[in-house]
Amino acid sequence: MGLPLRDFRDSIDPEMGLTPEGRTVSDGHGIRATRLERDGSTDSGRPCWVRGSSLEAALAPGSLHGPTVSSTILAGWQASMSSTEPATSETATPMTEESSPRRKKRGVPEGLWLRCAGCQAAVFRREAEKRLNVCPECGYHFYVSGPQRIAQVLDEGTFEEWDADLRPTDPLGFQDKRAYADRIVAEQKRTGLSDAALTGKGRVRARPVAIGVTDSAFIMGSMGSVVGERLTRLVERATEQRLPLIIISASGGGARMHEGIFSLMQMAKVSAALARYDQAGGLFISVLTNPTMGGVAASFASLGDVVFAEPKALIGFAGPRTIKATIRIELPEGFQTSEFLLEHGYIDRIVPRDKLKSEIARTIDYCGM
Amino acid sequence: MDNLKFEEPILALEQRIRSLSESGGDRPEVKEEIRELRKELTELTRKIYSELNAWDVVQVARHKDRPHTVDYLSLVFDEFVELHGDKFFGDDRAIRTGFAKLDDIKVLVVGHQKGRTYQERSECYFGCAHPEGYRKAMSKMRLAAKYGLPVICLIDTPGAYPGIGAEERGQAQVIAENMFEMSRLETPIVCVVIGEGGSGGALGIGVGDRVAMLEFSYYSVISPEGCAGILWKSAEHASKAANALRFTSKDLEKFGIVDAAIPEPLGGAHRDHHQTASRLKAYLLKSLRELAGVPTEQLLAERYEKFRRMGQFLTVEPAEA
Ligand SMILES: [Zn+2]
Repeated sequence: MGLPLRDFRDSIDPEMGLTPEGRTVSDGHGIRATRLERDGSTDSGRPCWVRGSSLEAALAPGSLHGPTVSSTILAGWQASMSSTEPATSETATPMTEESSPRRKKRGVPEGLWLRCAGCQAAVFRREAEKRLNVCPECGYHFYVSGPQRIAQVLDEGTFEEWDADLRPTDPLGFQDKRAYADRIVAEQKRTGLSDAALTGKGRVRARPVAIGVTDSAFIMGSMGSVVGERLTRLVERATEQRLPLIIISASGGGARMHEGIFSLMQMAKVSAALARYDQAGGLFISVLTNPTMGGVAASFASLGDVVFAEPKALIGFAGPRTIKATIRIELPEGFQTSEFLLEHGYIDRIVPRDKLKSEIARTIDYCGM
Repeated sequence: MDNLKFEEPILALEQRIRSLSESGGDRPEVKEEIRELRKELTELTRKIYSELNAWDVVQVARHKDRPHTVDYLSLVFDEFVELHGDKFFGDDRAIRTGFAKLDDIKVLVVGHQKGRTYQERSECYFGCAHPEGYRKAMSKMRLAAKYGLPVICLIDTPGAYPGIGAEERGQAQVIAENMFEMSRLETPIVCVVIGEGGSGGALGIGVGDRVAMLEFSYYSVISPEGCAGILWKSAEHASKAANALRFTSKDLEKFGIVDAAIPEPLGGAHRDHHQTASRLKAYLLKSLRELAGVPTEQLLAERYEKFRRMGQFLTVEPAEA
């Protein structure tokens, strides 16, 4: 086909697919705060995944659940999204999640209601939470944070975080409209995470596992050196300790461009660790959630012995906008969804969120680990 | 983009020398003038090329006259026996694979091909490979490992192809699988970025025991246009993005990401294909000799460590974490 070079180059890079992911987090923070309260405590009574985060430094201890904090987080989100995320027409697709009722109804504390992007219904927040952030009306899967994910999949109180002491740095001195160094601090404050991945070990219905999750709220869940290093160490420990490995991906940003070539090389690094794990006979269950794109899709997320996906997640290599800009035709209905990937043979099973834990346990049992 | 903006003084001087020698090149005073101008040209080219910024380097890496994989196949190797097809879907012309002889060493070559004429470029999608290209590369590399041939990968792509068919046939999966398999492939692998090292599309044939770049190539997580489109909201800011991404051979050598930056002839590879090819050949021969005697187990352990070390992060005190 005649592909004019300029047109291709003017489009967005395959590795950094534009995704509607940025929009998905709007109400997630309120949910996150609530979930922290409910599921996040450790023995010390502190949420284990925010230990040492800038959030703690910035806020008085214990204030995490108050409305003040939420509004701080929300303000941070708005500031960050407006400067980080590309404006994309994909926001109106079924992949988009909650709109932000909180913005419309400022009077309602914490946004008691969510607007479901799947069926447009107003959903009572607590009802959605009870169903693991799935719409009670239509089964639409909303955003869940990394810590929530861990809480949903592991047996209560079994999570032991690994490599929480790693922090991102700014190897390039990268600066766009904003310095990457400042962006990191802002993202840490906003999300309560130190970077986009959370790793450790725990139990799934009493089966010991090594587990990693990425959180699409932190710079689109993109993989820089900390994500790559945490995941590589996770895979290496899973190999040493002969643990089944579960990685749940929510990374619309692929490889993180702010860390340049270092991010790209994390793809090779984690993949090489997985090759050794495979050689040692390990079982890797990769779970793809909305969204999993670019350099994350093109590395560890696609390397599972068994690959699950949540319903209607956006999964792919190049972003839909990039593809549209390149080939200049409309994309088919349902392109790059979980169902599309299942149909084309790249996914073993589509697993609704409430079945994920038992499906993981069953797969481990079948594979005898 | 026929001529590079920063090359205009060079081209003007070259033109002057050409017309002088055409009009009266045998007269002694003209000969003398030409000699002076040649000296001036060398100095000018050296000066301009020593001051290129990252965006200029991208233009050189994409220059229409820059040698491509097929040029090196004839200039570097004594023989090339092309092996087609991925035995699964098709024969992607954006990646060429085959047996080749490097002096007396039998090797397997894998390389992105961009094409020079419009027809060639369309045929190879401007060097943007589809999944069948990466599958073909992997199947030939397995063949090489089986029969003890070292692998040479020549990287030159703006990125893996973004299209419907590419997604349907598993673009993400094949790139992931290639890195996974290359990390443990039981034969030496030498990779050289000869032009554009476009992201995952480059890394899909980029995991090796030695990774080098030609001096004026670039190797990046994202194209400068793509980065500018996302962070600056417009591809027009590509030059800013290029400089922010720090992806030239000089930077990557400093970062320890590549083992070597192979110097290009004065004024870039497009000025002298033969000289560039002979430098590339020297690097390949040197690397293969170094790797030849290494036991496989050690080879794979060192390859793992090479990539394992990549990444920059901080470690805070446990009390803070
Ligand atoms: Zn709904």
